[in-house]
Amino acid sequence: MERFRLDNGLRVVLAPDRSAPVIAVAVFYDVGIRSEPPGRTGFAHLFEHLMFQGSAHLEKLAHFRHVQGAGGTFNGSTHLDYTDYYETLPAGALERALFLEADRMRGPILTEANLRNQVDVVKEEIRVNVLNRPYGGFPWLKLPPVMFDTFGNAHDGYGSFDDLEAATIDDASGFFETYYAAGNAVLTVAGDVDPDLARILIEKHFGDVPPRPAPPRPALAEPDLTGERRESYVDPLAPAPAVAAAWRVPDPVAERAAFLPYVVLAEVLTDGDASRLVERMVLRDRSVTSVGGYLGFMGEPYAVRDPTALVLQARLPAGRAVDPVLATVDEELDRLATDGLAPGELGRTQARMATHLLRDTDAVLGRSLTIAGLELVHGDPALVNDLPRLVGEVTAGQVEQAAATLRADRRASVEVVPGGGS
Amino acid sequence: MTSVLPDLELSGPLRVPEWVEQQLPTGLTVIVVQRPSVPLVELRLRIPTPAAPLAGLDVLADTLMSGTAQMSNVDIAAALQAVGGALGVSVDPDRLLVSGNGLVTGLDRILEILAHVLTGASYPEQEVATERDRLVERIHVARSQPAHLARVALLRRSYGTHPYAVQTPEPAQVRAVESDELRDLHRRWVRPAGAILVLAGDLDPEAVMASVSRALGGWDGSGTPPEALPPVPPLVTGPLVLSDRPGSVQSSLRLALPAVGRTHPDHPALQLANLIFGGYFSSRWVENIREDKGYTYGPHSTVEHSVAGSVLVVSAEVATEVTAPALLETSYELGRLASVPPSADELEQARRYALGTLQLGMSTQAGLAGTASGYAGVGLRLDHLARYADDLASVGVDEVAAVAGRYLAPAAAVSVALGDAERIEPDLARLTPVVREER
Repeated sequence: MERFRLDNGLRVVLAPDRSAPVIAVAVFYDVGIRSEPPGRTGFAHLFEHLMFQGSAHLEKLAHFRHVQGAGGTFNGSTHLDYTDYYETLPAGALERALFLEADRMRGPILTEANLRNQVDVVKEEIRVNVLNRPYGGFPWLKLPPVMFDTFGNAHDGYGSFDDLEAATIDDASGFFETYYAAGNAVLTVAGDVDPDLARILIEKHFGDVPPRPAPPRPALAEPDLTGERRESYVDPLAPAPAVAAAWRVPDPVAERAAFLPYVVLAEVLTDGDASRLVERMVLRDRSVTSVGGYLGFMGEPYAVRDPTALVLQARLPAGRAVDPVLATVDEELDRLATDGLAPGELGRTQARMATHLLRDTDAVLGRSLTIAGLELVHGDPALVNDLPRLVGEVTAGQVEQAAATLRADRRASVEVVPGGGS
Repeated sequence: MTSVLPDLELSGPLRVPEWVEQQLPTGLTVIVVQRPSVPLVELRLRIPTPAAPLAGLDVLADTLMSGTAQMSNVDIAAALQAVGGALGVSVDPDRLLVSGNGLVTGLDRILEILAHVLTGASYPEQEVATERDRLVERIHVARSQPAHLARVALLRRSYGTHPYAVQTPEPAQVRAVESDELRDLHRRWVRPAGAILVLAGDLDPEAVMASVSRALGGWDGSGTPPEALPPVPPLVTGPLVLSDRPGSVQSSLRLALPAVGRTHPDHPALQLANLIFGGYFSSRWVENIREDKGYTYGPHSTVEHSVAGSVLVVSAEVATEVTAPALLETSYELGRLASVPPSADELEQARRYALGTLQLGMSTQAGLAGTASGYAGVGLRLDHLARYADDLASVGVDEVAAVAGRYLAPAAAVSVALGDAERIEPDLARLTPVVREER
C-alpha cells in the first residue's frame, strides 16, 4: 500500500492487488449528514446527486455513460460523516476514472433544471425507501433524534420534502466551496494497477485541482444520557411491532482500543443462532422474530466518528409487547457482565468477524472503500490489514466490561407501533 | 489538467479462472474454483427441487440447520462460527440452495457439519414450530411491501397454472407443516443425485476433492435426479392488471416480456437490446424517466433466467401522480427500440458494459461461486463465460434490431400496476385497457 499527499492537499492511497484485471477508484469527501445546516435537512445527499449532473468537460449524463461505456459500474452514497463516489472498472479504464473524478472535484456544473430534476428523484428515493414501505427509515432515521439533542446528530438525514424543495443553486455552490475541497478529500485506487504509473496519472489529473483547505469539522460532542429515553411512533404500513435501542460507546477514533470491544460485543449478542440474543429471544423465548446489532447508526464501525452508538434492533411477532423484550435484553447484558463469556464464545465470534473483514476486502471495491474510510476517519489506511488482529486481541474481560455499560438508564429506544399492514 | 476524455487501454480476452470438476458415485457434482485472493472459501450447494411442495420446502429451508440427533441448532451454528463459517438455506421453484463461507482452514469442518445436517437433520418439533411462526411473520411483512405485492401479481399474471405462478405460500399452508412431513420431504428431495456443490476460494483443488469425497461420500439417497418442470407457457397478452393499494404514494409498474435462455442464439443480442432499452443506468428508459423527467429513483429492466424459462422484467416505482405518463414513456421506449434500429454508438456502449461487468462479476470469490452455481444449474460451466463474451463481441446493430422487434415489442408485454387504484385507474385507462386484480 502507498500513501501520499498532493501539493493541493488531496490525500491518496494506492492498494495494488493483481489477482483480477479490475480496479476500483473511490473519492471520499469529509462531509456528511452531520455537516448539514438547520433548514437544509437532506442537503448532503441531494448534493451527492448533483455531483453526477455534469462538470466542466462532462455534460449531463456523460459521467454515467463514460463509466458504463468503459465496462464499469458507479455509485455514490451519503453517510453521517462522509460522502463517497466510486467506480469499479476493467483495469484499462484507470485513467478515464481519474479524469472523471478530477473533473467534478474542480467543480460540478449546477443548473436550476438539474437541481429540480434531482429533487424529484430524491423524493422518489425517499418514497421507495421510507414512505411507501413498512419500517422505512427504521431505525437509522428514527433513533438518532431520541438519543441526541443537537441538530447535527439528531436530524433526518434523508431530509424533509420542504427542505429539499427549498434548496437553491446558491446553497449548492456554497456547499461545494466549503466542503468539496482537495484538502478535505481522500482518493483511493485499489486493484490491478502499477503504483508508479497510477501516481503519475493521479498527478496529471488531480495535480491542478485548486488547493482549498479542509473546513473545521462540525462540533458534534454531546454528553452521555443521564436517564432512559424512550419514544414510539405509528408506522401505518407495519404489520407487527419493532424496537431499536442504542447506547453511547467510546470515541471510535480517539479511544479505538476502548471502542473495539463494543464491535465484538455486538457480534457476541447477535451474530447467528449461537449468539446470546438470537439464542435467547428468537430461538428460546420466541419473543422476537429477528434481532440484529451493530456499531453506528448506518452500520459502519470503522468509518464513523464520535458521538456514536451500539444499536440493537428487533422485530416482534404481531400483537406482542415491547417492554418484555427490552427487559430480556437488560437481563442478558447483565448476565454477560456478571457471569462472563462461556468457553469458546469469544473465539468463535472473533473467527467469524475475521471472515467478514477478509470477505469485505476480496472485492476490489470493498477494499477501496474500506481503505478510504480508514484514511479519512482514522488517518491510517493500513488498519485494513490490522483489524482482524486487533479484533482478535479484544479480551473477554473487555467485552464483559462493555456489556456492563449498556444499562437501561443510558439507553435510548424507539418503538414501532403497527398501524395496519395486511 | 486535461480536457480530453482519456482512451481506454484495451482489455485482453476475458480471463476465466481455472476450475476442477468431479462427480461422486452418489451423483453429487463437485466444482472447485480457485481464487487465492483472501484465505476464505465460498460454498454453494444447489439441490434441484422442481415441483416440490411450496410451503413444505420453505419450512424445510428454514429448519434444515435446526438440529440433528447429536447437535442442536445452537451447536451447529457455534461449530460453524468457530471456523469463521456460517451456512444459510434458501429455496426458489427450481432448487434448494445452501450457501455460506468461512476461513479456508475450516473447510473440512464446514463440510463435516454440512454432511452431518444433510444426512441427519431431525426437524425437532420445537424448532420447527419456531421457524414456522417466523416464516408466517415474514410473509405478513412481505405482504405490506409494494415490491413483493407487485411481483406476486406479475407472477400470477405471467405464469397461469405453471408452478412459477405462486412462489410464496399462504400462512395457513405454512402453519400446517409438521416435523414428519419435513422428514419425508428431506428423504424425497435432499439427495445428491443432480445436486451440485461449488467451492470457490483459496483452495488446492485436489486436496479439496479428497475432503469433499470423505465428508460427503456418505450422503446417499440414491436414485435419479428429479424430473424437470415443464417449460413455462408463452406470455398471454391482455389488459393491464391493476392491483389496488389504497393510499400508496407510489405506483409499482411491472412489465413482463418474452425472453430466451443463456444458450439460445438470440440471447447475446437480447441482453444488449435490454441494456440499450433499460438494463443499465445509461439506457434510454432510465435517462428518460429518471434523469429527464424525475418520475422515479431506481428503474430497472432485467432478463431473469430460471430453469424452465426466461422472462424480461421491467420494473419501476413511480410517483402516484405520474403513473400513466411513466407507463407511456415505458411503452414509447420499448416501441422505439422494437421499431427503429439503435445507433452503433449505443450498441458499442452497451457491449462494453456487458463485457466489463462479466469481468467484474468474476473478480470475487462470492461472484465466482454464484456464477458457477447458477450456470451449473442449467448445465453450463464457467467456460460458457468465454463463449458468451465472444458472442457479445460479434453482435451487430441489425441483430439487435431484429431481436428487439421480437422480444421488446410493447404489444407483447404483460403489464401489472400496483397502486392507489382510485387515483391512477382513470389515467391508465386512457392508455390501455385495465382490469382490477381479483384477490
